[in-house]
Amino acid sequence: MSRNVSENIIAIIAREAVLEPEQVRADMTLEELGLDSLGLVETIFAIEETFDISVPFNANEPAQSGFDISSVGAIVQAVERLIAAKGQALA
Amino acid sequence: MPEAGRRRVVITGAGTVNALGRDVPATLAAMAEGRSAIGALDFPDVERLSVQIGAQVRNWQPEAHFETRNLTLYDRVTQFALVAAREAVARSGLDFSGDAGLAAGVVMGTAGGGVMTWNEAYRAVYAEGRNRVHPLVVPRLMNNAGASHIAMEFGLRGPSFSVSTACASSNHAMGLAFQMVRSGAAPVMIAGGAEAMLCFGGVKAWEGLRVMSQDGCRPFCATRNGMVQGEGAGVFVLEERDHARARGAEILAEISGFAMTSDASDIVMPSVEGAGRAISGALRDAGFAPDSVGYINAHGTGTAANDRTECAAIRTAFGAAAETVMLSSTKAMHGHCIGGTGAVELLACIMALRDGIVAPTIGYRHVDPECDLDVVPLAARELPVARALSNAFAFGGLNAVLALERA
Repeated sequence: MSRNVSENIIAIIAREAVLEPEQVRADMTLEELGLDSLGLVETIFAIEETFDISVPFNANEPAQSGFDISSVGAIVQAVERLIAAKGQALA
Repeated sequence: MPEAGRRRVVITGAGTVNALGRDVPATLAAMAEGRSAIGALDFPDVERLSVQIGAQVRNWQPEAHFETRNLTLYDRVTQFALVAAREAVARSGLDFSGDAGLAAGVVMGTAGGGVMTWNEAYRAVYAEGRNRVHPLVVPRLMNNAGASHIAMEFGLRGPSFSVSTACASSNHAMGLAFQMVRSGAAPVMIAGGAEAMLCFGGVKAWEGLRVMSQDGCRPFCATRNGMVQGEGAGVFVLEERDHARARGAEILAEISGFAMTSDASDIVMPSVEGAGRAISGALRDAGFAPDSVGYINAHGTGTAANDRTECAAIRTAFGAAAETVMLSSTKAMHGHCIGGTGAVELLACIMALRDGIVAPTIGYRHVDPECDLDVVPLAARELPVARALSNAFAFGGLNAVLALERA
């Protein structure tokens, strides 16, 4: 599951950043990926659609959103938490 | 100072419908009190939105204003435009029957036009599986419907059109009408803007950008977290000054200058340079020294990017005078009325110039070092203001700034 989540997210980010998935590393920041604000909202949209989750992210206060976008790895962890929370809510 | 011999343009009528009030006196009273009209949105499917607040015009009863046979042609945005235009024209005392209407025209701004008509027609064919929509959907939703119905209602047969530049639409509309009166193309123009996109489809589209606040509009505040939408219309009668004086009309304010610029850089992120050039251009067109301007009605959306950029742009254009000029965003009261917002906000400039009451920026809690100008926090001020600016900066990097002075 976790591996799939990570691979899926990296594929989404790579597509938005116009990179090959192999070029996307967990420690990379959005800036290093060359993702601007529109690329970020499109990435979040794709993540929501792929995993059927709601990502709490407000572009006005990224640090307050409870969704860590500081690196690719942080995004993967944040999505995994949201998927787990959704599973608990359904259980 | 206007050049010798140059035509001067004055405002002799004003009208509005917005969440703060159904007319100008009610709206100005609410602005002076610092009242907020932002609350829980109320329309079908609102529970499926992540943003559920806005400044809605409550208990709007179209039948109270229009005959049923006409209502079939009027989207909510047109209804707001017409009711505001009626107030403005009545206030001006002008009668456009006969030849008076031949040269007079109307320019109206709107970003979305008949969004609610689109919303309902799509719901019918997609969600409800119906195979027909109302036969008058097209004339109801087109962006120029408001301008055309105003022209028809008052017999305005001169230059008339609509302008659509997102959140700067009504400033562009009023600025163009100002230029037409100043150039002699028309002695009188009706101008303003209207918007009504507080419906499921309208707000759902905005959600995706993730720039909307879920808890309130706090322009220039360190805790601001986005814009809150409103709806409504503002309409004004712009008239050549000698024309107005000859008939003894009451002059609400003078429009002295206008400038528009394009950032030509990013489709959503604002630019200090582009906004600054629009502000400087309006000052130059009006012949205003920065330190002669007492009040700026800010675009002040409450987003992180706009408010920071706008304050930097004002500093660029005003220099040292930026530290003393009063600046407020009335969007925390009436919401961001998108294509109609500049028109609703021009009322705050008229209140400052005519009544000496500067509308506050409500919702303000903490200073943001990047927005540390005098934003008139929380409460209105009574101070004479001789000159004012009204800023509007749109998605797409299109900026439009009006310069006004006391009559």
